Amino acid sequence: MTLASATQRAAKPRLPRKGRPVDHGAWFLVLPALIPILILSVGPLLYGIALAFTDSQSGRTEPTQWIGMLNFQDLLHDTLFWDSFRIGLLWAVGVTVPQFLLALGLALLLNQDLRLRWLARALAIIPWAMPEVVVGIMWRLVYNADAGILNETIRDLGLGDGRDWLSGLATALPAVIVVGVWAGMPQTTVALLAGLQNTPRELHEAAAMDGARAWRRFRTVTWPALKPVALAITALNFIWNFNSFALVYVLTSGGPGGRTRLPMLFAYEEAFRYGQFGYAAAMGCVLVAVISVFLAVFLVGRLRGGEDA
Amino acid sequence: MKTGKGARAGQYLALLAYLVFLAFPFLWLISTAFKPARELGSLHPTWIPKDPTLANLRQAFDEQPLLDAALNSLVAAVGAALIAVLIATPMAYVMARHRTRLAKAATGWVVVSQAFPFVLLIIPLFLVLKNLRLINSVPGLIMVYVVWALPFALWMLVGYVRAVPAELEEAAAVDGAGKARTLVSITAPLLAPGIVATALFAFISAWNEFFFALVLLKTPEKQTLPVVLTHFLGAEGAADLGPLAAAAFLATLPSMVVFAIIQKRITGGMLAGAVKS
Repeated sequence: MTLASATQRAAKPRLPRKGRPVDHGAWFLVLPALIPILILSVGPLLYGIALAFTDSQSGRTEPTQWIGMLNFQDLLHDTLFWDSFRIGLLWAVGVTVPQFLLALGLALLLNQDLRLRWLARALAIIPWAMPEVVVGIMWRLVYNADAGILNETIRDLGLGDGRDWLSGLATALPAVIVVGVWAGMPQTTVALLAGLQNTPRELHEAAAMDGARAWRRFRTVTWPALKPVALAITALNFIWNFNSFALVYVLTSGGPGGRTRLPMLFAYEEAFRYGQFGYAAAMGCVLVAVISVFLAVFLVGRLRGGEDA
Repeated sequence: MKTGKGARAGQYLALLAYLVFLAFPFLWLISTAFKPARELGSLHPTWIPKDPTLANLRQAFDEQPLLDAALNSLVAAVGAALIAVLIATPMAYVMARHRTRLAKAATGWVVVSQAFPFVLLIIPLFLVLKNLRLINSVPGLIMVYVVWALPFALWMLVGYVRAVPAELEEAAAVDGAGKARTLVSITAPLLAPGIVATALFAFISAWNEFFFALVLLKTPEKQTLPVVLTHFLGAEGAADLGPLAAAAFLATLPSMVVFAIIQKRITGGMLAGAVKS
Protein backbone atom coordinates (compact mmCIF):
# COMPACT_ATOMS: atom_id res chain seq x y z
CA MET A 1 0.00 0.00 0.00
CA THR A 2 2.69 2.44 1.04
CA LEU A 3 4.88 1.51 -1.86
CA ALA A 4 2.00 1.79 -4.29
CA SER A 5 0.99 5.20 -3.05
CA ALA A 6 4.62 6.27 -3.02
CA THR A 7 5.11 5.44 -6.67
CA GLN A 8 1.78 7.04 -7.46
CA ARG A 9 2.91 10.16 -5.68
CA ALA A 10 6.14 10.19 -7.61
CA ALA A 11 4.28 9.87 -10.87
CA LYS A 12 1.60 12.45 -10.10
CA PRO A 13 2.53 14.94 -7.41
CA ARG A 14 -0.90 16.59 -7.57
CA LEU A 15 -3.77 14.28 -8.20
CA PRO A 16 -6.05 15.67 -10.88
CA ARG A 17 -9.49 15.82 -9.35
CA LYS A 18 -11.60 14.79 -12.32
CA GLY A 19 -11.44 11.63 -14.36
CA ARG A 20 -9.21 9.64 -12.05
CA PRO A 21 -9.44 6.02 -13.14
CA VAL A 22 -11.18 3.65 -10.73
CA ASP A 23 -8.43 1.59 -9.15
CA HIS A 24 -8.83 -1.69 -7.32
CA GLY A 25 -9.34 0.11 -4.04
CA ALA A 26 -12.30 1.96 -5.52
CA TRP A 27 -13.92 -1.29 -6.64
CA PHE A 28 -13.51 -2.57 -3.12
CA LEU A 29 -15.37 0.50 -1.88
CA VAL A 30 -18.15 0.24 -4.43
CA LEU A 31 -18.97 -3.47 -4.35
CA PRO A 32 -20.76 -3.65 -0.96
CA ALA A 33 -23.42 -1.31 -2.31
CA LEU A 34 -23.27 -2.37 -5.94
CA ILE A 35 -24.06 -6.04 -5.32
CA PRO A 36 -27.30 -5.40 -3.37
CA ILE A 37 -28.32 -2.77 -5.94
CA LEU A 38 -27.84 -5.26 -8.77
CA ILE A 39 -29.55 -8.15 -6.97
CA LEU A 40 -32.41 -6.32 -5.28
CA SER A 41 -33.06 -3.36 -7.55
CA VAL A 42 -31.73 -3.57 -11.09
CA GLY A 43 -32.27 -7.33 -11.37
CA PRO A 44 -35.85 -7.32 -10.06
CA LEU A 45 -36.71 -4.38 -12.28
CA LEU A 46 -35.60 -6.27 -15.40
CA TYR A 47 -37.29 -9.41 -14.07
CA GLY A 48 -40.46 -7.37 -13.54
CA ILE A 49 -40.40 -6.06 -17.09
CA ALA A 50 -39.91 -9.62 -18.34
CA LEU A 51 -42.86 -10.83 -16.23
CA ALA A 52 -45.11 -8.45 -18.12
CA PHE A 53 -44.70 -10.69 -21.17
CA THR A 54 -45.63 -13.90 -19.29
CA ASP A 55 -48.78 -15.42 -17.80
CA SER A 56 -47.19 -15.59 -14.35
CA GLN A 57 -49.72 -16.15 -11.57
CA SER A 58 -49.41 -16.70 -7.87
CA GLY A 59 -49.70 -20.25 -6.55
CA ARG A 60 -49.95 -21.96 -9.94
CA THR A 61 -48.35 -25.34 -10.49
CA GLU A 62 -47.97 -25.23 -14.28
CA PRO A 63 -44.81 -23.55 -15.54
CA THR A 64 -45.06 -19.90 -16.50
CA GLN A 65 -45.10 -19.27 -20.24
CA TRP A 66 -44.18 -16.42 -22.55
CA ILE A 67 -47.30 -14.92 -24.04
CA GLY A 68 -45.83 -11.97 -25.91
CA MET A 69 -47.91 -8.82 -25.94
CA LEU A 70 -51.12 -10.50 -24.76
CA ASN A 71 -51.12 -8.74 -21.38
CA PHE A 72 -50.72 -5.38 -23.07
CA GLN A 73 -53.50 -6.15 -25.53
CA ASP A 74 -55.80 -7.08 -22.67
CA LEU A 75 -54.74 -3.94 -20.84
CA LEU A 76 -55.66 -1.83 -23.85
CA HIS A 77 -59.28 -2.99 -23.56
CA ASP A 78 -59.40 -2.96 -19.75
CA THR A 79 -61.67 0.03 -19.13
CA LEU A 80 -61.26 -0.36 -15.37
CA PHE A 81 -57.51 0.14 -15.74
CA TRP A 82 -57.89 3.23 -17.89
CA ASP A 83 -60.43 4.65 -15.43
CA SER A 84 -57.86 4.08 -12.72
CA PHE A 85 -55.17 5.62 -14.91
CA ARG A 86 -57.30 8.72 -15.47
CA ILE A 87 -57.92 8.99 -11.72
CA GLY A 88 -54.18 8.60 -11.15
CA LEU A 89 -53.43 11.53 -13.47
CA LEU A 90 -56.18 13.64 -11.90
CA TRP A 91 -54.77 12.86 -8.48
CA ALA A 92 -51.14 13.49 -9.46
CA VAL A 93 -51.88 16.85 -11.11
CA GLY A 94 -54.50 17.76 -8.50
CA VAL A 95 -51.96 17.22 -5.73
CA THR A 96 -48.78 18.47 -7.40
CA VAL A 97 -50.06 21.85 -8.60
CA PRO A 98 -51.67 23.10 -5.35
CA GLN A 99 -48.74 21.59 -3.46
CA PHE A 100 -46.37 23.76 -5.47
CA LEU A 101 -48.43 26.95 -5.26
CA LEU A 102 -49.09 26.63 -1.52
CA ALA A 103 -45.47 25.71 -0.84
CA LEU A 104 -44.24 28.65 -2.89
CA GLY A 105 -46.49 31.00 -0.91
CA LEU A 106 -45.24 29.60 2.38
CA ALA A 107 -41.61 29.69 1.26
CA LEU A 108 -41.95 33.35 0.24
CA LEU A 109 -43.48 34.13 3.64
CA LEU A 110 -40.76 32.25 5.51
CA ASN A 111 -38.15 34.12 3.52
CA GLN A 112 -39.50 37.38 5.01
CA ASP A 113 -38.58 38.74 8.36
CA LEU A 114 -41.74 37.58 10.13
CA ARG A 115 -42.27 36.47 13.69
CA LEU A 116 -43.56 32.93 14.26
CA ARG A 117 -41.33 31.65 11.47
CA TRP A 118 -39.87 29.14 13.92
CA LEU A 119 -43.36 27.82 14.62
CA ALA A 120 -44.05 27.26 10.93
CA ARG A 121 -40.74 25.45 10.59
CA ALA A 122 -41.55 23.29 13.61
CA LEU A 123 -45.04 22.48 12.35
CA ALA A 124 -43.71 21.57 8.95
CA ILE A 125 -42.03 18.59 10.61
CA ILE A 126 -45.39 17.01 11.38
CA PRO A 127 -46.50 16.04 7.87
CA TRP A 128 -42.95 15.30 6.80
CA ALA A 129 -41.96 12.92 9.57
CA MET A 130 -45.31 11.21 10.02
CA PRO A 131 -45.84 7.69 8.65
CA GLU A 132 -48.22 7.89 5.69
CA VAL A 133 -50.48 5.39 7.41
CA VAL A 134 -50.83 7.74 10.36
CA VAL A 135 -51.52 10.68 8.04
CA GLY A 136 -54.34 8.64 6.54
CA ILE A 137 -55.74 7.63 9.93
CA MET A 138 -55.53 11.20 11.18
CA TRP A 139 -57.49 12.61 8.25
CA ARG A 140 -60.06 9.85 8.58
CA LEU A 141 -60.67 11.22 12.06
CA VAL A 142 -60.97 14.74 10.62
CA TYR A 143 -63.38 13.63 7.87
CA ASN A 144 -65.38 11.27 10.11
CA ALA A 145 -69.06 11.96 9.45
CA ASP A 146 -70.20 12.04 13.09
CA ALA A 147 -67.16 12.53 15.28
CA GLY A 148 -65.00 14.46 12.81
CA ILE A 149 -63.94 18.05 13.37
CA LEU A 150 -64.72 19.09 9.80
CA ASN A 151 -68.44 18.35 10.01
CA GLU A 152 -68.58 19.74 13.54
CA THR A 153 -67.08 23.02 12.30
CA ILE A 154 -69.55 23.11 9.41
CA ARG A 155 -72.42 22.57 11.85
CA ASP A 156 -71.07 25.25 14.17
CA LEU A 157 -70.89 27.74 11.34
CA GLY A 158 -74.47 26.89 10.42
CA LEU A 159 -73.52 25.66 6.97
CA GLY A 160 -75.61 22.52 7.13
CA ASP A 161 -75.03 19.04 8.45
CA GLY A 162 -71.83 18.26 6.63
CA ARG A 163 -71.44 14.97 4.83
CA ASP A 164 -69.60 11.70 4.70
CA TRP A 165 -66.63 13.05 2.78
CA LEU A 166 -64.66 9.91 2.08
CA SER A 167 -67.58 7.76 0.93
CA GLY A 168 -69.39 10.34 -1.19
CA LEU A 169 -68.93 9.70 -4.92
CA ALA A 170 -68.34 13.38 -5.64
CA THR A 171 -66.29 14.29 -2.56
CA ALA A 172 -63.96 11.29 -2.14
CA LEU A 173 -61.32 12.27 -4.70
CA PRO A 174 -61.15 15.97 -3.72
CA ALA A 175 -60.99 14.92 -0.07
CA VAL A 176 -58.01 12.60 -0.60
CA ILE A 177 -56.32 15.22 -2.79
CA VAL A 178 -56.42 17.69 0.11
CA VAL A 179 -54.65 15.10 2.25
CA GLY A 180 -52.04 14.57 -0.47
CA VAL A 181 -51.36 18.30 -0.64
CA TRP A 182 -51.07 18.52 3.13
CA ALA A 183 -48.67 15.60 3.33
CA GLY A 184 -46.27 16.79 0.62
CA MET A 185 -46.22 20.51 1.28
CA PRO A 186 -43.33 20.71 3.79
CA GLN A 187 -40.74 19.00 1.56
CA THR A 188 -41.64 21.28 -1.32
CA THR A 189 -41.56 24.34 0.93
CA VAL A 190 -38.11 23.49 2.25
CA ALA A 191 -36.72 22.90 -1.23
CA LEU A 192 -38.16 26.18 -2.51
CA LEU A 193 -36.98 28.06 0.56
CA ALA A 194 -33.48 26.75 -0.01
CA GLY A 195 -33.73 27.98 -3.59
CA LEU A 196 -34.96 31.39 -2.44
CA GLN A 197 -32.09 31.79 -0.03
CA ASN A 198 -29.71 31.22 -2.91
CA THR A 199 -31.08 34.18 -4.87
CA PRO A 200 -28.76 37.15 -4.59
CA ARG A 201 -30.08 39.68 -2.10
CA GLU A 202 -28.37 42.63 -3.79
CA LEU A 203 -30.38 42.02 -6.94
CA HIS A 204 -33.57 42.25 -4.90
CA GLU A 205 -32.50 45.45 -3.26
CA ALA A 206 -31.42 46.97 -6.54
CA ALA A 207 -34.76 46.10 -8.06
CA ALA A 208 -36.58 47.54 -5.04
CA MET A 209 -34.64 50.79 -5.35
CA ASP A 210 -35.59 51.00 -8.98
CA GLY A 211 -39.14 51.01 -7.67
CA ALA A 212 -40.05 47.63 -9.12
CA ARG A 213 -43.29 46.39 -7.64
CA ALA A 214 -43.48 43.12 -5.75
CA TRP A 215 -44.92 41.09 -8.63
CA ARG A 216 -42.37 42.46 -11.10
CA ARG A 217 -39.56 41.82 -8.64
CA PHE A 218 -40.76 38.26 -8.25
CA ARG A 219 -40.99 37.72 -12.00
CA THR A 220 -37.70 39.30 -12.99
CA VAL A 221 -35.44 38.55 -10.03
CA THR A 222 -36.80 35.75 -7.84
CA TRP A 223 -38.34 33.40 -10.37
CA PRO A 224 -35.36 33.05 -12.74
CA ALA A 225 -33.17 32.08 -9.80
CA LEU A 226 -35.79 29.76 -8.36
CA LYS A 227 -36.81 28.08 -11.60
CA PRO A 228 -34.36 25.15 -11.59
CA VAL A 229 -35.27 24.16 -8.02
CA ALA A 230 -38.97 24.63 -8.73
CA LEU A 231 -38.78 22.49 -11.83
CA ALA A 232 -36.86 19.72 -10.08
CA ILE A 233 -39.09 19.51 -7.03
CA THR A 234 -42.27 19.65 -9.11
CA ALA A 235 -41.13 16.83 -11.37
CA LEU A 236 -40.18 14.73 -8.35
CA ASN A 237 -43.47 15.53 -6.63
CA PHE A 238 -45.39 14.47 -9.71
CA ILE A 239 -43.54 11.16 -9.83
CA TRP A 240 -43.96 10.50 -6.11
CA ASN A 241 -47.62 11.42 -6.21
CA PHE A 242 -48.30 9.28 -9.26
CA ASN A 243 -46.72 6.33 -7.44
CA SER A 244 -48.54 7.05 -4.21
CA PHE A 245 -50.14 4.13 -2.40
CA ALA A 246 -50.35 4.17 1.39
CA LEU A 247 -52.33 7.39 1.85
CA VAL A 248 -55.24 6.41 -0.33
CA TYR A 249 -55.09 2.77 0.76
CA VAL A 250 -55.72 3.90 4.32
CA LEU A 251 -58.18 6.69 3.51
CA THR A 252 -60.56 4.94 1.12
CA SER A 253 -58.92 1.70 -0.15
CA GLY A 254 -59.82 2.98 -3.60
CA GLY A 255 -63.54 3.41 -2.94
CA PRO A 256 -66.27 4.50 -3.24
CA GLY A 257 -66.97 2.59 -6.42
CA GLY A 258 -63.34 2.93 -7.56
CA ARG A 259 -63.49 6.73 -7.51
CA THR A 260 -60.13 6.96 -5.76
CA ARG A 261 -58.56 3.75 -7.11
CA LEU A 262 -55.11 5.01 -8.08
CA PRO A 263 -53.12 2.88 -10.57
CA MET A 264 -50.86 1.63 -7.77
CA LEU A 265 -53.85 0.36 -5.80
CA PHE A 266 -55.26 -1.24 -8.91
CA ALA A 267 -52.01 -3.03 -9.73
CA TYR A 268 -51.54 -4.06 -6.07
CA GLU A 269 -54.98 -5.69 -6.01
CA GLU A 270 -54.39 -7.37 -9.36
CA ALA A 271 -51.10 -8.83 -8.13
CA PHE A 272 -51.69 -9.67 -4.49
CA ARG A 273 -55.44 -10.14 -4.25
CA TYR A 274 -56.08 -11.89 -7.58
CA GLY A 275 -52.54 -13.23 -8.04
CA GLN A 276 -52.20 -11.97 -11.63
CA PHE A 277 -48.46 -11.23 -11.48
CA GLY A 278 -47.89 -10.99 -15.23
CA TYR A 279 -50.83 -8.69 -15.82
CA ALA A 280 -49.93 -6.44 -12.89
CA ALA A 281 -46.34 -6.25 -14.15
CA ALA A 282 -47.68 -5.09 -17.53
CA MET A 283 -49.54 -2.31 -15.70
CA GLY A 284 -46.29 -1.40 -13.97
CA CYS A 285 -44.58 -1.14 -17.37
CA VAL A 286 -47.24 1.21 -18.68
CA LEU A 287 -46.85 3.36 -15.57
CA VAL A 288 -43.06 3.41 -16.00
CA ALA A 289 -43.47 4.53 -19.60
CA VAL A 290 -45.68 7.43 -18.54
CA ILE A 291 -43.37 8.45 -15.73
CA SER A 292 -40.34 8.23 -18.02
CA VAL A 293 -41.85 10.87 -20.26
CA PHE A 294 -42.11 13.20 -17.30
CA LEU A 295 -38.63 12.32 -16.13
CA ALA A 296 -37.30 13.16 -19.58
CA VAL A 297 -39.00 16.54 -19.41
CA PHE A 298 -37.48 17.02 -15.98
CA LEU A 299 -33.96 16.20 -17.16
CA VAL A 300 -34.22 18.39 -20.25
CA GLY A 301 -35.43 21.23 -18.06
CA ARG A 302 -32.51 20.73 -15.72
CA LEU A 303 -30.01 20.81 -18.55
CA ARG A 304 -31.54 24.03 -19.77
CA GLY A 305 -31.35 25.37 -16.23
CA GLY A 306 -27.57 25.27 -16.50
CA GLU A 307 -24.81 23.24 -14.93
CA ASP A 308 -24.99 24.94 -11.56
CA ALA A 309 -28.72 24.26 -11.19
CA MET B 1 -36.70 46.07 2.02
CA LYS B 2 -39.66 48.15 3.08
CA THR B 3 -43.03 46.57 3.36
CA GLY B 4 -46.20 48.55 3.93
CA LYS B 5 -48.26 48.02 7.08
CA GLY B 6 -51.17 46.60 5.15
CA ALA B 7 -48.96 44.17 3.32
CA ARG B 8 -47.35 43.09 6.61
CA ALA B 9 -50.74 42.39 8.14
CA GLY B 10 -51.68 40.40 5.06
CA GLN B 11 -48.50 38.38 5.38
CA TYR B 12 -49.20 37.55 9.01
CA LEU B 13 -52.76 36.57 8.14
CA ALA B 14 -51.48 34.23 5.42
CA LEU B 15 -48.88 32.75 7.76
CA LEU B 16 -51.59 32.17 10.37
CA ALA B 17 -53.73 30.35 7.80
CA TYR B 18 -50.77 28.11 6.97
CA LEU B 19 -50.12 27.38 10.64
CA VAL B 20 -53.75 26.38 11.17
CA PHE B 21 -53.80 24.19 8.06
CA LEU B 22 -50.59 22.41 9.09
CA ALA B 23 -51.46 21.93 12.74
CA PHE B 24 -55.19 21.26 13.03
CA PRO B 25 -55.30 17.60 11.88
CA PHE B 26 -52.53 16.69 14.29
CA LEU B 27 -54.21 18.51 17.19
CA TRP B 28 -57.42 16.67 16.37
CA LEU B 29 -55.57 13.34 16.44
CA ILE B 30 -54.19 14.12 19.90
CA SER B 31 -57.58 15.31 21.08
CA THR B 32 -59.24 12.10 19.88
CA ALA B 33 -56.53 9.94 21.41
CA PHE B 34 -57.26 11.22 24.92
CA LYS B 35 -61.06 11.34 24.80
CA PRO B 36 -63.14 8.75 26.63
CA ALA B 37 -65.53 6.68 24.48
CA ARG B 38 -68.52 8.58 25.85
CA GLU B 39 -67.23 11.89 24.46
CA LEU B 40 -66.27 10.34 21.13
CA GLY B 41 -69.85 9.20 20.70
CA SER B 42 -71.30 12.62 21.51
CA LEU B 43 -72.89 14.61 18.71
CA HIS B 44 -70.82 17.69 19.42
CA PRO B 45 -67.17 16.71 19.66
CA THR B 46 -64.97 19.30 21.36
CA TRP B 47 -61.36 20.25 20.73
CA ILE B 48 -60.28 19.74 24.33
CA PRO B 49 -61.34 16.51 26.02
CA LYS B 50 -63.54 17.32 29.02
CA ASP B 51 -62.42 14.22 30.79
CA PRO B 52 -59.01 13.18 29.40
CA THR B 53 -58.14 9.51 29.73
CA LEU B 54 -55.42 6.99 28.99
CA ALA B 55 -57.96 4.20 28.55
CA ASN B 56 -57.62 4.38 24.77
CA LEU B 57 -53.93 3.54 24.98
CA ARG B 58 -54.61 0.54 27.17
CA GLN B 59 -57.38 -0.66 24.87
CA ALA B 60 -55.13 -0.22 21.82
CA PHE B 61 -52.47 -2.46 23.36
CA ASP B 62 -55.15 -5.02 24.28
CA GLU B 63 -56.64 -5.12 20.80
CA GLN B 64 -53.50 -5.40 18.68
CA PRO B 65 -49.95 -6.69 19.27
CA LEU B 66 -48.54 -3.16 19.27
CA LEU B 67 -45.49 -4.00 21.35
CA ASP B 68 -44.38 -6.79 19.00
CA ALA B 69 -45.09 -4.55 16.05
CA ALA B 70 -43.01 -1.73 17.52
CA LEU B 71 -40.17 -4.16 18.14
CA ASN B 72 -40.34 -5.44 14.54
CA SER B 73 -40.36 -1.86 13.27
CA LEU B 74 -37.39 -1.00 15.45
CA VAL B 75 -35.35 -3.99 14.29
CA ALA B 76 -36.21 -3.35 10.64
CA ALA B 77 -35.50 0.38 10.81
CA VAL B 78 -32.25 0.17 12.81
CA GLY B 79 -30.98 -2.75 10.72
CA ALA B 80 -31.78 -1.05 7.45
CA ALA B 81 -30.31 2.29 8.53
CA LEU B 82 -27.02 0.79 9.76
CA ILE B 83 -26.47 -1.45 6.75
CA ALA B 84 -27.49 1.29 4.33
CA VAL B 85 -24.93 3.84 5.54
CA LEU B 86 -22.29 1.16 6.00
CA ILE B 87 -22.41 0.22 2.32
CA ALA B 88 -23.47 3.60 0.92
CA THR B 89 -20.68 5.69 2.44
CA PRO B 90 -17.78 4.05 0.55
CA MET B 91 -19.75 4.11 -2.68
CA ALA B 92 -20.73 7.75 -2.19
CA TYR B 93 -17.06 8.53 -1.66
CA VAL B 94 -16.14 6.99 -4.99
CA MET B 95 -19.06 8.71 -6.72
CA ALA B 96 -18.03 12.08 -5.32
CA ARG B 97 -14.29 11.81 -5.98
CA HIS B 98 -14.07 9.88 -9.25
CA ARG B 99 -16.03 11.07 -12.25
CA THR B 100 -16.02 7.74 -14.00
CA ARG B 101 -18.61 5.85 -16.00
CA LEU B 102 -19.46 3.81 -12.93
CA ALA B 103 -20.13 6.94 -10.90
CA LYS B 104 -22.30 8.29 -13.70
CA ALA B 105 -24.24 5.04 -13.95
CA ALA B 106 -24.77 5.07 -10.19
CA THR B 107 -26.05 8.65 -10.33
CA GLY B 108 -28.35 7.64 -13.17
CA TRP B 109 -29.68 4.77 -11.08
CA VAL B 110 -30.33 7.14 -8.17
CA VAL B 111 -32.49 9.33 -10.42
CA VAL B 112 -34.23 6.50 -12.27
CA SER B 113 -34.99 4.58 -9.08
CA GLN B 114 -37.20 7.48 -8.03
CA ALA B 115 -39.46 6.71 -10.95
CA PHE B 116 -39.95 2.96 -10.35
CA PRO B 117 -43.54 2.22 -9.64
CA PHE B 118 -43.13 -0.05 -6.65
CA VAL B 119 -45.50 -2.60 -8.18
CA LEU B 120 -42.97 -3.37 -10.86
CA LEU B 121 -40.36 -3.92 -8.17
CA ILE B 122 -42.40 -5.73 -5.55
CA ILE B 123 -43.68 -8.59 -7.73
CA PRO B 124 -40.21 -9.87 -8.69
CA LEU B 125 -38.90 -9.14 -5.18
CA PHE B 126 -41.78 -11.14 -3.76
CA LEU B 127 -40.92 -14.08 -6.05
CA VAL B 128 -37.19 -13.87 -5.29
CA LEU B 129 -37.65 -13.59 -1.53
CA LYS B 130 -40.16 -16.45 -1.64
CA ASN B 131 -37.54 -18.69 -3.24
CA LEU B 132 -35.05 -17.64 -0.57
CA ARG B 133 -37.69 -18.34 2.12
CA LEU B 134 -37.42 -14.72 3.25
CA ILE B 135 -41.11 -13.88 2.89
CA ASN B 136 -42.78 -13.02 6.16
CA SER B 137 -39.45 -12.38 7.83
CA VAL B 138 -37.96 -9.18 9.20
CA PRO B 139 -34.47 -9.90 7.75
CA GLY B 140 -36.04 -10.17 4.30
CA LEU B 141 -37.73 -6.83 4.85
CA ILE B 142 -34.43 -5.30 5.99
CA MET B 143 -32.78 -6.37 2.73
CA VAL B 144 -35.51 -4.64 0.76
CA TYR B 145 -35.35 -1.51 2.92
CA VAL B 146 -31.57 -1.22 2.52
CA VAL B 147 -31.81 -1.07 -1.25
CA TRP B 148 -34.87 1.16 -1.07
CA ALA B 149 -33.05 3.63 1.21
CA LEU B 150 -29.85 3.65 -0.87
CA PRO B 151 -30.73 6.24 -3.52
CA PHE B 152 -31.45 9.00 -1.05
CA ALA B 153 -28.58 7.95 1.20
CA LEU B 154 -26.16 8.10 -1.74
CA TRP B 155 -27.61 11.43 -2.85
CA MET B 156 -27.04 12.96 0.58
CA LEU B 157 -23.67 11.35 1.23
CA VAL B 158 -22.24 12.43 -2.12
CA GLY B 159 -23.10 15.98 -1.13
CA TYR B 160 -21.40 15.57 2.24
CA VAL B 161 -18.26 14.03 0.70
CA ARG B 162 -17.99 16.90 -1.79
CA ALA B 163 -18.12 19.30 1.16
CA VAL B 164 -14.87 17.75 2.45
CA PRO B 165 -12.13 19.49 0.43
CA ALA B 166 -10.11 17.03 -1.64
CA GLU B 167 -7.09 19.24 -0.88
CA LEU B 168 -7.15 17.95 2.71
CA GLU B 169 -6.76 14.38 1.48
CA GLU B 170 -4.07 15.40 -0.98
CA ALA B 171 -2.19 17.17 1.80
CA ALA B 172 -2.36 14.00 3.91
CA ALA B 173 -1.09 11.98 0.95
CA VAL B 174 1.79 14.39 0.52
CA ASP B 175 2.58 13.94 4.20
CA GLY B 176 2.94 10.25 3.51
CA ALA B 177 -0.36 8.87 4.75
CA GLY B 178 -1.66 5.88 2.79
CA LYS B 179 -5.01 5.91 1.09
CA ALA B 180 -6.70 3.85 3.81
CA ARG B 181 -5.21 5.96 6.58
CA THR B 182 -6.30 9.16 4.89
CA LEU B 183 -9.85 7.86 4.65
CA VAL B 184 -10.00 6.71 8.24
CA SER B 185 -8.25 9.57 9.99
CA ILE B 186 -9.04 12.58 7.77
CA THR B 187 -12.21 11.97 5.78
CA ALA B 188 -14.30 9.82 8.12
CA PRO B 189 -14.32 12.21 11.12
CA LEU B 190 -15.35 15.11 8.87
CA LEU B 191 -18.10 12.99 7.35
CA ALA B 192 -19.42 11.65 10.65
CA PRO B 193 -22.20 14.20 11.21
CA GLY B 194 -23.44 13.68 7.67
CA ILE B 195 -23.34 9.91 8.07
CA VAL B 196 -25.34 10.12 11.29
CA ALA B 197 -27.94 12.36 9.66
CA THR B 198 -28.22 9.99 6.71
CA ALA B 199 -28.62 6.98 8.99
CA LEU B 200 -31.32 8.72 10.99
CA PHE B 201 -33.16 9.66 7.83
CA ALA B 202 -33.00 6.07 6.63
CA PHE B 203 -34.32 5.02 10.04
CA ILE B 204 -37.35 7.31 9.68
CA SER B 205 -38.05 6.14 6.14
CA ALA B 206 -37.97 2.50 7.17
CA TRP B 207 -39.97 3.12 10.36
CA ASN B 208 -42.69 4.82 8.31
CA GLU B 209 -42.68 2.46 5.32
CA PHE B 210 -45.91 0.65 4.54
CA PHE B 211 -46.14 -0.85 1.05
CA PHE B 212 -43.29 -3.39 1.15
CA ALA B 213 -44.20 -4.39 4.70
CA LEU B 214 -47.82 -4.92 3.66
CA VAL B 215 -46.86 -7.26 0.84
CA LEU B 216 -43.97 -9.09 2.47
CA LEU B 217 -45.19 -9.65 6.04
CA LYS B 218 -48.16 -11.97 6.32
CA THR B 219 -48.66 -12.98 9.95
CA PRO B 220 -49.53 -10.41 12.65
CA GLU B 221 -46.60 -11.32 14.92
CA LYS B 222 -44.13 -10.47 12.13
CA GLN B 223 -45.77 -7.25 10.98
CA THR B 224 -44.44 -3.73 11.52
CA LEU B 225 -46.29 -0.88 13.18
CA PRO B 226 -47.83 0.78 10.08
CA VAL B 227 -49.29 -2.56 8.93
CA VAL B 228 -50.67 -3.39 12.36
CA LEU B 229 -52.22 0.08 12.58
CA THR B 230 -54.35 -0.66 9.51
CA HIS B 231 -55.90 -3.60 11.40
CA PHE B 232 -57.69 -0.99 13.52
CA LEU B 233 -59.43 0.26 10.40
CA GLY B 234 -62.57 -1.19 8.91
CA ALA B 235 -66.00 -0.81 10.38
CA GLU B 236 -64.92 1.58 13.06
CA GLY B 237 -67.62 2.64 15.46
CA ALA B 238 -67.22 5.74 17.56
CA ALA B 239 -65.84 3.65 20.41
CA ASP B 240 -62.91 2.41 18.31
CA LEU B 241 -61.75 5.85 17.24
CA GLY B 242 -59.98 6.46 20.54
CA PRO B 243 -57.66 3.42 20.45
CA LEU B 244 -57.03 4.03 16.75
CA ALA B 245 -55.95 7.60 17.43
CA ALA B 246 -53.90 6.63 20.47
CA ALA B 247 -51.98 3.94 18.59
CA ALA B 248 -51.41 6.21 15.60
CA PHE B 249 -50.15 9.00 17.84
CA LEU B 250 -47.74 6.67 19.58
CA ALA B 251 -46.41 5.27 16.29
CA THR B 252 -45.55 8.79 15.13
CA LEU B 253 -43.50 9.87 18.13
CA PRO B 254 -40.20 8.11 17.33
CA SER B 255 -39.92 9.45 13.79
CA MET B 256 -40.92 12.93 14.90
CA VAL B 257 -38.34 13.07 17.65
CA VAL B 258 -35.61 11.82 15.31
CA PHE B 259 -36.72 14.18 12.60
CA ALA B 260 -36.67 17.17 14.91
CA ILE B 261 -33.04 16.35 15.70
CA ILE B 262 -31.88 16.12 12.10
CA GLN B 263 -34.19 18.59 10.33
CA LYS B 264 -31.49 21.19 9.70
CA ARG B 265 -29.03 18.61 8.41
CA ILE B 266 -31.56 17.01 6.10
CA THR B 267 -32.37 20.29 4.43
CA GLY B 268 -28.67 21.09 4.27
CA GLY B 269 -27.93 17.66 2.79
CA MET B 270 -30.70 17.90 0.22
CA LEU B 271 -29.37 21.25 -0.80
CA ALA B 272 -25.75 20.10 -0.97
CA GLY B 273 -26.73 17.20 -3.21
CA ALA B 274 -28.92 19.41 -5.35
CA VAL B 275 -26.49 22.25 -5.79
CA LYS B 276 -23.42 20.28 -6.55
CA SER B 277 -24.52 17.29 -8.59
